[in-house]
Amino acid sequence: MRIDRHTLGFWVVLLGLIILVQVLVSLGILSPFWETLLKIGAVMAIVSLGLNLIYGFNGQFSLGQWGFYAIGAYAAADVTYRWTQMNNASGLTVLFAAVALVGVAFFLTAKLVARLRGIDPLSAFALYIVATLIAAVIGVQIGIALIAPVTQLLATLPPGLALQIVYLIAVLLGGCLAAEVSYLFGLPVLTLGSDYFGIATLGFTIIVKVLLDNSDTLLGFEEMKGARGMVGIPKTTSWFWVALFLVIVIVLLRNLLHSSHGRAIVSVREDEIAAKAMGIDVGQQKTLAFVLGSLFAGLAGGLYAHINGFLHPNTFNFIRSFDPMIIVVFGGLGSVSGTIIAAFTWALVLEGFLRILLPTGFETWRFVVYPLFLLVMMLLRPQGLFGGFEFPYLRPVLPRPYVPETEEQVALVHAVEEATEGD
Amino acid sequence: MSTVTSAPSTSATIRDASAERPLLEIQGLTKEFGGLKAVNNFDISIYPGELVGLIGPNGAGKTTVFNLITGIYTATSGSIRYKGIELIGLQPHEITRLGIARTFQNIRLFPNLTVLDNVRIAYHTHAGYGIFDAFTHNHRYQKAEKELTERAQEFLSVFNLHTRQGEIAKNLPYGEQRRLEIARALAASPELLLLDEPAAGMNPKEVASLMDLIHFIRERFNLTILLIEHQMRVVMGICERITVMDFGEVIARGTPQEIQNNEKVIEAYLGRGATALSQKLQEKRGYATGS
Ligand SMILES: Nc1ncnc2c1ncn2[C@@H]1O[C@H](COP(=O)(O)OP(=O)(O)O)[C@@H](O)[C@H]1O
Ligand SMILES: [Mg+2]
Repeated sequence: MRIDRHTLGFWVVLLGLIILVQVLVSLGILSPFWETLLKIGAVMAIVSLGLNLIYGFNGQFSLGQWGFYAIGAYAAADVTYRWTQMNNASGLTVLFAAVALVGVAFFLTAKLVARLRGIDPLSAFALYIVATLIAAVIGVQIGIALIAPVTQLLATLPPGLALQIVYLIAVLLGGCLAAEVSYLFGLPVLTLGSDYFGIATLGFTIIVKVLLDNSDTLLGFEEMKGARGMVGIPKTTSWFWVALFLVIVIVLLRNLLHSSHGRAIVSVREDEIAAKAMGIDVGQQKTLAFVLGSLFAGLAGGLYAHINGFLHPNTFNFIRSFDPMIIVVFGGLGSVSGTIIAAFTWALVLEGFLRILLPTGFETWRFVVYPLFLLVMMLLRPQGLFGGFEFPYLRPVLPRPYVPETEEQVALVHAVEEATEGD
Repeated sequence: MSTVTSAPSTSATIRDASAERPLLEIQGLTKEFGGLKAVNNFDISIYPGELVGLIGPNGAGKTTVFNLITGIYTATSGSIRYKGIELIGLQPHEITRLGIARTFQNIRLFPNLTVLDNVRIAYHTHAGYGIFDAFTHNHRYQKAEKELTERAQEFLSVFNLHTRQGEIAKNLPYGEQRRLEIARALAASPELLLLDEPAAGMNPKEVASLMDLIHFIRERFNLTILLIEHQMRVVMGICERITVMDFGEVIARGTPQEIQNNEKVIEAYLGRGATALSQKLQEKRGYATGS
């Protein structure tokens, strides 16, 4: 594959910036305060890219992104917490087995539902719930059986390496769990109109927050300590890891968008009825975008949990759902480049400089300032600051113009020119 | 092809029903909105290769018939069979995949996408690669995407739109938007094409060239076409058979000539006074010629 000059330039600049930050961090020039903000910026970029896929590219207004972010964060944190604080791999094995089996259950149920033609959505949903419950119960049992051997196996590795492995799998599992929850949640809800979908997703984020407030009592995860906040999570998220995940997410998203599947996702935003008339399974495309966007949110959550080593349910308050929303609107609905720039701007300027410059009261005022900001933005520049702008690599390339070559092709164009002359 | 050339001069009554099965057969189709019967006990049979017109005054229920065929609305009662398959109860995308494509009365392009992407989306169902190929842009993706794009470009050339491939659809002039919508529908490779008032908003010259285009694509793509039109004279020239609707019901069927002189049709279009007037005119003429 030929790489053109602009694409090369994009990669040089992107990787150059990433390496520059790494060097500054290593040399101790960048203070931990700014390093943390850069990591938060990258994490927010991942969450917001997921939201942009759902809202900007697929047209589904969602406030659920923050709930999936929370799920990813707490799930991943629990895995590493158990490994470091409780010295066993119970979190790892149980979550892994449950997520894997539930994935298999989804696959089989989807096959079954496709076979049972004409089954109504609610019955299908009930089938999914039953299958999920059975798979989860079996998965947990398998996971429990695996605790001892896996713990022993990991103990043979150097502790630092073992922690990195557990951490990496934890983040991935957090993402997968969020994706699976979003799939279940999306089944009954995605078929609702967009307004109801927005409200349902808001409700989802609120429910997640309430559950997290009572995670130690209601859910039975004592180590999460409910509304007191979870402490003692290893601070394993380095700049290297967030940058790596961000790059992977950008590449995956870009590749998807520049494919037939991406075009199908966008066609749903453009005109749902026309998309259906073109043979596009609109429900399937919505599910795809929603699950993928939630996967990104879950991954970002897992990364976030290991930045400060501390999680509090208040971080996942529904009102903070507007943070990724602001980033996506500011950067431009349907713009990958804009989202990335806006996420880092949000972290560095709004969370960084303004916090230093403005009096402490700003904390409370931000929930007045942000929505106002959003409102002004939507009124004055609905396409976002960057409009439809994309950096070279992210911009779709138009194929070379078509020039009729064979005699038949030339004759065809002439015939048509005659038939259509006049308009 | 043979069906096109062998199609008898016009009338359905000439057609030997036992020789051919209708491609589309609608029986007793009814759709109620609240108390309003937008379509009432509607019947039509369309044979392979035909170009059939569906006309009627505004609000007659023509578009609703299209929405019922394509699964956008669910019928209150009746049956719609395409190649013997019952369409009622199927999802719109399933119906499209069976080989029925349509255009819309108020053009429904993907407005913010390029001309090329509008057509490429129609190829999605047979794009030839899966989601993992899409994520990795592997060899299979490269190959399938290249083929698909070339096919779309050549397709655009059939509609003289290939020089516009990079243009955003909503920025095209009206006539080209209409053409792009037809191109996109055909890219879904249908056997039955449903056109909903394709000539709406066009001047007479544009209408003439549109009719030429419809003739052209019908031959080239071997299509069966059901054409909705509000203005009667537009369909007179190109349709072999015409069905006329008013208030959700079929009020007349026949060749263009038969329809032109049908009292009920004139009445539906021009109101009662007009019928009386035309009757008077005819009487007068009859009297004058002494028959
Ligand atoms: N979704 C709908 N809800 C309620 N009434 C509708 C709907 N669609 C069409 N109608 C009504 O059905 C009748 C037929 O409409 P339509 O099929 O669009 O007519 P035509 O295409 O012949 O002009 C009209 O009275 C219209 O108001
Ligand atoms: Mg209409």
